[in-house]
Amino acid sequence: MPNETIGKTIAVAVGVCVVCSIFVSTTAVSLKPYIVRNKTIDKKRNILVAAAVPGADRLGSEGVEKEFGDQIVTVVIDITTGEVAADVDPMQLDERKAAKDPERGVEIPAEKDIAGLRRRSRYQSVYRTKEGGSDPRIILPVHGKGLWSTMYGFVALDANDLNTIKSFAFYEHGETPGLGGEVDNPNWKKLWVGKLAYGDTIGKPEIIIVKGTAPRDSRHEIDGLSGATLTANGVKRLVRFWLSDDGYGPFLKRLRGGDDHG
Amino acid sequence: MGKARDALFGPIFDNNPIALQVLGICSALAVTTKMETTVTMCLAVTAVITVCNVSVAVIRNQIPSSIRMIVQMTIIASLVIIVDQSLQAMTVTYSISKQLSVFVGLIITNCIIMGRAEAYAMKNPPGLSLLDGIGNGLGYSVILLAVGVIRELFGSGKLFGCPILPLKTEGGWYEPNGLLLLSPSAFFLIGFIIWALRTWKTDQVEEGN
Repeated sequence: MPNETIGKTIAVAVGVCVVCSIFVSTTAVSLKPYIVRNKTIDKKRNILVAAAVPGADRLGSEGVEKEFGDQIVTVVIDITTGEVAADVDPMQLDERKAAKDPERGVEIPAEKDIAGLRRRSRYQSVYRTKEGGSDPRIILPVHGKGLWSTMYGFVALDANDLNTIKSFAFYEHGETPGLGGEVDNPNWKKLWVGKLAYGDTIGKPEIIIVKGTAPRDSRHEIDGLSGATLTANGVKRLVRFWLSDDGYGPFLKRLRGGDDHG
Repeated sequence: MGKARDALFGPIFDNNPIALQVLGICSALAVTTKMETTVTMCLAVTAVITVCNVSVAVIRNQIPSSIRMIVQMTIIASLVIIVDQSLQAMTVTYSISKQLSVFVGLIITNCIIMGRAEAYAMKNPPGLSLLDGIGNGLGYSVILLAVGVIRELFGSGKLFGCPILPLKTEGGWYEPNGLLLLSPSAFFLIGFIIWALRTWKTDQVEEGN
């Protein structure tokens, strides 16, 4: 059978596609559990880093699991009310899936949706360091649109004043390496440490990323990223969204209120 | 026998895919700031190019020439997805694959792979194509590793993340050259390598206009 007939062309095209798709789907399905596990470990490792557990970035997977169990408490909250949702199992909660679900997700009104999320999960896992440490922190997962991708990260607040930022980092994003990817630059991440998220009121974030260099004594301003204005805008909006009353505001207010009553 | 040797060793210096054919430059700039990512990228590209060459050679007499490029592309894309997923699945390479980010996926657009499929594997039997694939993978790796060693050693004073030259900021004597961590430095280095190679093997020099 000559190669250049229509029949042969279609036969080869179909054949190649079928064989390739079998290979690709077999690999994807069989490797999925391993990839999911790697992602979970990576997320936990980043929570440990945000909690300032020493040497957390060098731990192996067992080490991460152990330290996470020893040092971190996971709390599931209802974002809207800020109440702790004791009946939701954090192991079963997948915020990304829940956001898309009509039952378990909530639509964010367009005028409030500065982080470009459209929907969010009703419940959200947040993390805190176990009682008794010298450096207690509340670790809040944040996410939102950068330039190309949805960026996922953690903001760690001082658990005493619920205002001072102790660390800020992304653990997953798809921004341009060298430009927007500079959000991973350790020197830039260091700029966040010690800044204050709020002015006088919890739920009204003052933290902001400015163009160029922020004044050195500024309490709320972070340097911009040159060549990555759009990514930096995304970071600013997502941090402000999650720290506002539409994000963790109610939860933080409750925490603060609880403290007052002893 | 001579043909097999040419297929395997020719691409390393005599017909280097980067230095002579000037293909695959993009990834050579992007992934060579650290040896970890460089080595991973070299292995990934070598694996894809080798398997792709063999697969194309096996079905080369069946491929209608009107759709041969899209057939090669389909094979390359599938292989790259498999490599990408494997890198993410292995605990050792997970963090490296995060650093490589889009560049693993961009192996699909690496001209070396399609170039070898089109220029070699379409005309030669699977055995020779296998050697040609490994050879070109090695040729690509030689340049990338050379660039990677220079950039990591003199750019951050380390190799594979282990400190070699003690940095001034950490109490040593070495002041790192920041330019080497930026992409243009790889251009300069590849330029120097091509210069050196053409001084050594003068038949690679292109005729002037």
